[in-house]
Amino acid sequence: MLEHAWIIPLIPAVSFVLILAIGKKLPRGGSEIGIASVAICFVLALAVGAGWVSRVNNPPVIEPGHELVLQGELGAAASERMAATAAEEGDQQATATEGAATGGDIADTDGEAEHHGTPPVQRSVSWLSNGGVDINAGFLIDGLATLMLIVVTFVSLLVHIFSTDYVAGDRRYTHFFAFLSLFTASMLFFVISDNTLQMIVGWELVGLCSFALIGHWWEEKANSDAALKAFLVNRVGDVGLLCGMIVLYFAAGRTFDTLTLNTLANAGEIRHLLLLVGSLSLMTAVMSKSGQFILHTWLPDAMAGPTPVSALIHAATMVVAGVYMIARLYGVFFNGLSIGTSNINIMAIIGAVTLIFGGLLAFVQSDIKKVLAYSTVSQLGYMVMALGVGAWTAGIFHLFTHAIFKACLFLGAGSLAHHIHSFEMKDDMGGLRKVMPWTYRTFMVATAALVAIPPFAGFWSKDEILVGAQQLGGDGGYPLMLVMGTLGAALTGAYMTRAIWYVFFGERRGASATHDMHENGPRIVIPLVLLAVGATFAGFTNIPNTGALSFVPDGLAMRFEHFVEPVGAYFPSAANGFGHPNFNIGIAIVSTLVGLAGVAGAYLWYWKGLGPQGITERNKFARAGYVVLDKKYGLDILYVDVIAGSVKGPIARAANWFHENVIDGVVDFVGTGLRDTGGWIYKYIDQGAIDTVVNSAGAAADGSGEVLRKTQTGKVQAYGAYFFLGAAVLAAILIVIAS
Amino acid sequence: MLLNQFLILAAVLFCIGVYGVISRRNGVLVLMSVELILNSVNINLVAFSAMTGTVSGQVFALFVIAVAAAEVGVGLAIVLAIFRTHRTVDIDHVDTMKG
Amino acid sequence: MTGMLVAAATANADAPVYVAQNVAFGIIAAMMIYSAVRLVTTANVVHAASYLVMVLAGAAAQFILLGAEFVAITQVLVYIGAIVVLFLFGIMLTKSPMDAQEKASRDNWKVAAGVGVVMLGVLIYGLLDGFGRSKLPADLAPTRVETVSDAIFSSYLVPFEAISLLLLAAAIGAIVISKRD
Repeated sequence: MLEHAWIIPLIPAVSFVLILAIGKKLPRGGSEIGIASVAICFVLALAVGAGWVSRVNNPPVIEPGHELVLQGELGAAASERMAATAAEEGDQQATATEGAATGGDIADTDGEAEHHGTPPVQRSVSWLSNGGVDINAGFLIDGLATLMLIVVTFVSLLVHIFSTDYVAGDRRYTHFFAFLSLFTASMLFFVISDNTLQMIVGWELVGLCSFALIGHWWEEKANSDAALKAFLVNRVGDVGLLCGMIVLYFAAGRTFDTLTLNTLANAGEIRHLLLLVGSLSLMTAVMSKSGQFILHTWLPDAMAGPTPVSALIHAATMVVAGVYMIARLYGVFFNGLSIGTSNINIMAIIGAVTLIFGGLLAFVQSDIKKVLAYSTVSQLGYMVMALGVGAWTAGIFHLFTHAIFKACLFLGAGSLAHHIHSFEMKDDMGGLRKVMPWTYRTFMVATAALVAIPPFAGFWSKDEILVGAQQLGGDGGYPLMLVMGTLGAALTGAYMTRAIWYVFFGERRGASATHDMHENGPRIVIPLVLLAVGATFAGFTNIPNTGALSFVPDGLAMRFEHFVEPVGAYFPSAANGFGHPNFNIGIAIVSTLVGLAGVAGAYLWYWKGLGPQGITERNKFARAGYVVLDKKYGLDILYVDVIAGSVKGPIARAANWFHENVIDGVVDFVGTGLRDTGGWIYKYIDQGAIDTVVNSAGAAADGSGEVLRKTQTGKVQAYGAYFFLGAAVLAAILIVIAS
Repeated sequence: MLLNQFLILAAVLFCIGVYGVISRRNGVLVLMSVELILNSVNINLVAFSAMTGTVSGQVFALFVIAVAAAEVGVGLAIVLAIFRTHRTVDIDHVDTMKG
Repeated sequence: MTGMLVAAATANADAPVYVAQNVAFGIIAAMMIYSAVRLVTTANVVHAASYLVMVLAGAAAQFILLGAEFVAITQVLVYIGAIVVLFLFGIMLTKSPMDAQEKASRDNWKVAAGVGVVMLGVLIYGLLDGFGRSKLPADLAPTRVETVSDAIFSSYLVPFEAISLLLLAAAIGAIVISKRD
């Protein structure tokens, strides 16, 4: 299956065409095609996973000849094509091939546990070549791509199933499934691309699908506005993407191949300045696509789309495309930003700032999807920060666990809102614990994973990020990132507890009080349960066996790192300063305690703080709470005060203010500024100064115009005569000058 | 053969084409003169191709032929549209852009 | 042109002189120039079209002399076969006068002639100055079609695709412009 992975994106692409063509005539409106195709993809992705696991366990024998055939088919094909024109490029291909082949040696000298360099599977064909530029189309399967294949197809499959119930009866039901298929195809295409050009294509395709699906209900102005905003903000990043890819293309001696790019970057054969410029440009793209501060503003607005779309695209898969790109081009970023040797770098800063700001903003939202959206922003900040401090595996591991539990949370929110069609936690929810038991349970499990309570999935991944920030990098690690990551844990705990309070506890309010609420059918509950199971156990795929956990047998520990993290010349090695953190029981305990402190603070506020009675006397409490709920704004201030002390309230509000006024306001400001400037210019410069000049000049021009007007005959041939005569005269002048 | 004999032939054709473009009144004839100009360019391209022994000039000559086909298609459509609105193909009558 | 011929024949005594080619060039060139002049002066539109055919055929013959057989064949197929027919359709649809009843040339033909002559002077001076007596390779073997196609579909693939898009756009544009509405 490893050799035929290109089939996987093809299936949903075909499904997209089929659904558009015949979907409306089918009894289930095309959803059956979509589900079948994604299910096949999921099975195939699992097959790829099995193939990759066996490849890692039994790495192909590293003999130069054999390995060259295995790994170097691209290289061979490419150098054949290029032999006539560019001999040096052939050398680079050979470097890449050789590097991958010797990956095992590097790992062994590294002193790491049983790491063998498993060469990735790369197959490509020449797509086109023009004037010495060769463009390949191909796929690259390594642990990272395999992981993404499985995650994307898994979440997509569950979202498809969920959607058959959730959007049932929608006026564009078929269209919805068609675009889900197209999205799945694009995302899979993106993750298996073996060159940067193909990545750009996939990147734009997923953006297009995101646009189409956010605006699924485009009849409402807000939705189409949100779609446009998402599209336009992403365009900003796309400029950076193009610049970065072009810089890298030339920096690496005219190649788009990601393996070659990484290999050259790791080998130090690309000038550091070029790597820096390239990775900074690419960071812009990451910031827009992966919702990093300050380009994250589109992501909360994107919640205007249907909830399954939010789960699939704006939580689990598409928004991690930026993170994936960093991981895929990690050699470039790692060396370009000197991640391995510094104590601070732009990627880590962006990630850390994002995770704090996202977490703070999640406090002040009353829409549950917005809470989750800001939570996603915050968690994406964790991933970027992890990659920024050099904890590659931790970042990707967090991507993996986050995809599962955040999809579960979003689908849970969709399940809650399915009957009442409202996501307002304060106005329309509350007390849903009893009436929707399965949604409640799965939501709680996913929340536990998000808040990083051991042993749920998020604990393991977040903990690895924090130990990474502590131990990696130059001397002293990344202390600022460690502090901010730990604070973020408290924020996460607090805002999720608040959301749970509003949704599941207290009294049923608004639409949920008047509506007959009951648990949803199996097509909604089963995906939730599956994701909750994943959120519980996914963390065990990467249990560390260092530090206090050294009792864990080797065969069980660090499986994720073992199978997913690449080893080879195309990935930073110890020589570049890349390392692996060890489990630190102190950090694990502290971060868990800080997270729990956030939970406890929110708990004290909501369950205990407002009334003498506990949760058992919910009615009286809720009545007391109702009075406060009436004064929503005051509550927010107070609530933040109690949880985080008097400091955070202003910060959160300031963050929200900053968000609403500065970031959104910059656009307005530029607009009004331009308008005002224009008005001023019109009044003083245009009307005042220029007009007098123009009027006097006009009189002069009037006379000369009368003469020159005759040349404006309107006859094309007269213009043609001027043109040819002018050209001839210019040519004559040139000849005279040149001779 | 000298290179210049082809180049000068092309130059002569080019100038005759320019003369036609400027002097003819019938839109269709103007387009024909444009074809003359394009052809002289083709002769140049092929002559240089033979001179340098590479095939690029011939490839570009082919491209020019294709562009010429497109140009004639659109040009004749414009002439047709003019004929439909003005009932004439005399481009002297099309002077709405007069200053 | 005869002068050029003589110059070519006497240019280099020890180099092989391809008299036949030079003679052919002279005859074809003379025919082309005559046809071109008639093309831009004749009052009859249909005659002009047939003169255009003569010029195009002459160009095709020159291409063969230069060893560009594929371009020559394309010239005949596309230009003479398609474009001239298109012109004839255009003449037919616009009901242009079939006989010389209307003055086909503008009054300001003198301007046009002036521009043409100035241009010709500049061009010829530039050409003689720049290329002087540089000779074409003596053995102008016909270019293989394979070579041309290899170049088109490897080095010039993107321009080729662009041209195909251009043709599509032109076809659509022609339909849009000329349709009755």
